[in-house]
Order: sequence, then structure tokens, then C-alpha cells
Amino acid sequence: MTDADKKRLLREMIFFRRFEDRTFEAYMERKIGGFLHLYSGQEAVATGVLEMAKMGGGDKADYVITGYRDHVHALKAGAPAREVMAELYGKETGSSRGRGGSMHIFDPTANFMGGYALVGQPFPLAAGLALGCKHKKTNQIAICFLGDGANNQGTFHETMNMASVWNLPVLFVCENNMYAIGTHIDRSTAVRDQYKRVCGYNMKASQHDGMDIDVVMKAAKTAVDYVRKESKPYFIEFMTYRFRGHSMSDAKGYRTKEEEAEWEKRDPINIYKARLIEAGLITDADVKKMQDDVQNEIETDIIKFAEQSPEPKVAELTRYVLDDNPDPRWIGPLQNKY
Amino acid sequence: MAQLAYWEAIRRAHDEEMTNDPLVFAMGEDIGVAGGTYKATSGLYTKYGAERVIDTPISENSYTGIGIGASMVGMRPIIEIMSINFALLALDTIVNAAAKIRYMSGGRVHCPLVIRTPGGTAHQLAAQHSARLARMFMSTSGLRVVTPRGPIDAYGMLKSAVRCNDPVVIIEHERMYNIKEEMPDTEFFRPLEGAEIVRKGEDITLIGYNYSVHLCLEAAKRLEKDGVSAEVVDLRSLKPIDRETIRRSVEKTHRVVVAEEDEAPVGVGAEIITGIMEDCFFALDSQPVRIHAADVPVPYNAQLEKAAIPSADDVYQGALKVLGKI
Ligand SMILES: Cc1ncc(C[n+]2csc(CCOP(=O)(O)OP(=O)(O)O)c2C)c(N)n1
Ligand SMILES: [Mg+2]
Repeated sequence: MTDADKKRLLREMIFFRRFEDRTFEAYMERKIGGFLHLYSGQEAVATGVLEMAKMGGGDKADYVITGYRDHVHALKAGAPAREVMAELYGKETGSSRGRGGSMHIFDPTANFMGGYALVGQPFPLAAGLALGCKHKKTNQIAICFLGDGANNQGTFHETMNMASVWNLPVLFVCENNMYAIGTHIDRSTAVRDQYKRVCGYNMKASQHDGMDIDVVMKAAKTAVDYVRKESKPYFIEFMTYRFRGHSMSDAKGYRTKEEEAEWEKRDPINIYKARLIEAGLITDADVKKMQDDVQNEIETDIIKFAEQSPEPKVAELTRYVLDDNPDPRWIGPLQNKY
Repeated sequence: MAQLAYWEAIRRAHDEEMTNDPLVFAMGEDIGVAGGTYKATSGLYTKYGAERVIDTPISENSYTGIGIGASMVGMRPIIEIMSINFALLALDTIVNAAAKIRYMSGGRVHCPLVIRTPGGTAHQLAAQHSARLARMFMSTSGLRVVTPRGPIDAYGMLKSAVRCNDPVVIIEHERMYNIKEEMPDTEFFRPLEGAEIVRKGEDITLIGYNYSVHLCLEAAKRLEKDGVSAEVVDLRSLKPIDRETIRRSVEKTHRVVVAEEDEAPVGVGAEIITGIMEDCFFALDSQPVRIHAADVPVPYNAQLEKAAIPSADDVYQGALKVLGKI
């Protein structure tokens, strides 16, 4: 990893944080509606893991799929930030043409196969993406990001089993932030260490610090390489923390101020920034400039694009329900001959 | 031409589609080594191998989800769910994922997958193995739901379903797998949409789908002996419904009976009759009748089961009522 790469990674994380903060502001201004789940605090996980995978879309790049906390995963996979923001604004230019919203960002050109609201639903979909890659012998892998809470769904166990039996090239990334909405993991889950839960499925698994992107990248590289080379699943767990509420509505009060303060000391952006400053790669002034640039880009380009984009046409309400242009051979009209 | 049974027709469609396109694969419980509960995939495991005829664990929600995921990257899965009762375990992934992914993604990702599953009562399989559930799938936007009544459609519609870019649920029936029909040896396709007049008539329209088409045909034969000429319409597709064909038939006969094996509330009959009210209310000469199952979980006891499930005689009696003969 070159010095330029390191600076880029820092900038990316600063960008992702600001992107999320800005969506919060837009939500307060009622420009964004629905549920909005922010990723602040967990940036090192998606950024670090996907940095070690093949991104950029096409039949060489890996597939990514996740839950509803999906903006940053989509961005890092390569979905244009303008389109992601426009999707949050419900615009026709959005990643999902304004039909999906915050929880359903899709960008097949970046091999980002969607965010899903049903907890645990992406596990099998990810295994299916991997099955397709394996079948087509493309050397691609599928990467599935989900929370600790998702592991209590039946799909977790069913999919771990099948992914293992069928040797599917899928990397399951568990972002263990220790909460499912307001429920602490110890109150819902028999074991806090999630990687231990897959040992019954004869699958490789490991647990790491999710706040330090260098740790994330090192662990992710081992895992990604293993999945690709062996064509086998791997379950990797990162201990992390979300700095904001579960979504815009959050009961609060389920975490102590002390706990929050402890984790905020381990802000992934600050950890990495301090490391680059200490290594003499970057100064405080450079970071300040980075932040200003990011802010400027988001304001003058990304937000502007979202605000100025057109709404979907009401006349196109039922567009995208089924294939717009089906082949009459398979659909009809019915002729009484065969 | 050769006589093929329904299950053989399905197997033939699998075989041809798997030969035609290496991205087509089948998955389900016991479909590989065992050849499928209804033999619909027999022999394919030997021919195509374990990678393309996949025996799954008993994990309906997740193997269906795996099929959906694979379809999102261009594969063409044909998933057999052993019984429609078990499809309830996969409803999350079918209804919340497969049916919605195209829409949620603004048309950018689609799920060209096929789910085949038998729905219907057989012989005393009791409440948890007798679900029909067609009405539940037909109420889901983003799915296609088809109900082949015989081998020709079972073959031709499966082939179209594999090639179509939408998720298609094919509802078969435990009592239809051995029905036989003459079928051309050459390849053909049957479209997924379009109701079909399977018997022409002038005096009354009997509408069915899946197994109930056969009840309608039997009732039509009895009516003929009474000097009544009944037209029988096979809906073929429950989503979308071909209202045009229904309207034309009703405008000709002015009388209608809808036969479904499901319970009635919120069912196929309700939907079809509402459509008739909206499309050709003034063409009706008498009130429509729907023939349906009793509103109970299907009983085990043979007599009770018989009483709960509509028969050809029920359709016949329904027709007499519409005709004002009883
Ligand atoms: C099937 C299902 N059940 C419940 C919910 C409500 N819900 C949304 S997020 C969530 C918590 C998930 O926690 P976790 O998997 O740890 O992810 P995190 O939000 O911490 O990223 C719940 C219960 C849901 N969306 N889907
Ligand atoms: Mg969590």
C-alpha cells in the first residue's frame, strides 16, 4: 500500500462520515424520508474489507450485499455518491431510480447487489451470488455485511451450513456493534463472540478489532484470499460501534454515556489520522484541507445534484414491477398451437 | 407425438433447458439422487451432475434465497419446493426479495428464477399438507403465477418461465402428475400469460385453473347430457389475469361459475367475479356463483375431506343454480 493509498483511505473515511452527517441534516430538513440508518463509527469495516476485495464492477470485481445500513458499503463498492444521495432524496436519478430509498441502494454496475430491510435476508442471497460466481468460474467472490443481531435469524444457520457444504466463495462479514436497535447482545444472544457460532459448520472464522482500518485490512486480506483461492466460505467478525442511534428514531438510554465515550476514543478516523500524522505522511493542516474539500464536494456537487434532479414520473408508477420489455415468445399472446 | 405424463413433461422441460443453457440449474429437497418426490427431475442428476441438480438441506427460506441470489448474477434457477405448504417458510425471500428486487432497484437488478411447487389437496394429507395458497401468491406484485393444467402447459410454460426475466411461481398439483397428454416431440413453448378456452360452449362459462379445470370439464360433460352447452376457461395465469378472454366468454354465455380449490375468502373466485362486475356487469343474465373449499383447515377424515373440497358435482350443481334449474 503506497502513501498515496493511505491518504486516499483517510479521505474516503472522512468522506463517508461527512456523507452520513449530511444525510442526517437533509433528513432534519425533511428532504430525506423513511428510515435512515447511519454508519458513523463503523467506517473502518466496510472501507477496510472492500479495499482488500476487487471493486469497480464488471465480471472481474466481487459482489457486495448488505442490510439497511448500506450507504457506505454502496459507495465503497463504487456506486456514484451523487446517485446514492439522489436515491435518498427519492429522485429518478438515484441508484434505484427513487424506488428503493435509503435501505435499498442497488448498483449492479458496481456489483453492489442491494441493501435489504429484512434482518438476515441477505445471508442466502449472498450465498447465491457466490454460487453463481462459482458456477460461471469467474473467480469472483461475494461479500455479505450484516450486524450481530442478524445472526439470530434462521437464515444464518441455514446459509452457513449450505455455504460450507457446497464450498461457496462467500465472505460473511459480521459487524458486531453489540446492539440490535436497543437490545444489547448479552440480552439476546447466548454468546458475544459471533465467530464462535459458525464452528458447527466447519467454516473458517476469526474476530478482530473493527475500529483500526489497518487491522481490518490485514484480517480481510487473509480472508478474501482464502475465499477466492480455496473457494470456501469464511466468517469474519469485527468488533465495532455505531456512534449514532439505530436510525433517526432511537429510544436512547440503552447505552451508558461512559460506554459511548470509551468507544468514541477509538474513532476509526482519528486512529488512522493519528497514525498517518505520526508517520509524517500528513499534517493537521492537510487533514483540515481534506475535510474542507470533502464538505465542499458534497455540498456543491452531490447535494446539488440530488436537489436538482427530477422526481420519478407518477405515470411510471408501475414501471419496474415486471420486465418492461418481455419477449412475446414467453409471455404471449396465447395462440392455440404448439 | 407421444403420450407424456405431467411429471415427464416437467422433466423433459428441465432437460432441454439445462442442455440449452449452462446457466440453468435445479435445486430442491430430494430432487437429485432421489429424482424428486414426483420424479420431475429423475435422471437429471446423473446427466448433469451435483453442481446443476442440487440436493438441498431442509432450509426452504435460505435455499430459495440462494436461488434468488444466483438469479441476480445471471443464473437461471429452477427451484422445486416439495409442497406449497413448505413455501410458507420461504415467503420472506419470495415476497420480500424476489418479487421486489426489480422494483426496489429501479429496474436495474432482476431475478429470473422459477419456483415450482405442488399446491392442492391429495388424499387425506390433512391440514398441514393440503394448502393451495394460489390466492396468496397472486396477490403479490412483482411475481408471475401460473397453473399448468396438463402436460402440454407444464412443459411449455416451464420452458417459458426459465427464459422469462421475472420471478415465476408455477403451481402444480399433487393429483395432476400422472395426467397424460399427446405432445409433439419437437420443442415448443407455451406463453405465461393468456387464459385459454379449453371447451367451447354457448350457455354458461365455467372458469377454473390448475386442477379445477378438470372439475369444470367433467361438469361440462354432464351439462351436455342435460342439453346445456358449457364453455370452459382455463385461467392458466393467476398473475396477471387475462380479463379479456373472460369478458368475451361471459358476453357470449351471460352466465358464469368460477371453480377454485382454495377457500373462498379473498380468493381467486372473488377476484375473477369482481373483474366480471367491472368489465361486463350488464352482460350477466344471472348471479355468478363461485365453487370453493369450505372455510376450514383441510380435515384428515376422508368423508370430511371430501365435504371440504369442491368436486365436479359441486361445479355441476353450481351451474344448475346459475341456469335457474335448481
Ligand atoms: C426480519 C426482521 N425483523 C425485525 C426487524 C427490525 N429490525 C431492524 S434492524 C434490527 C436490528 C438488527 O441489528 P444488527 O443485525 O445487529 O444490525 P445493526 O443495526 O446493529 O447494524 C431489527 C430488529 C427487521 N427489519 N427485519
Ligand atoms: Mg448490531
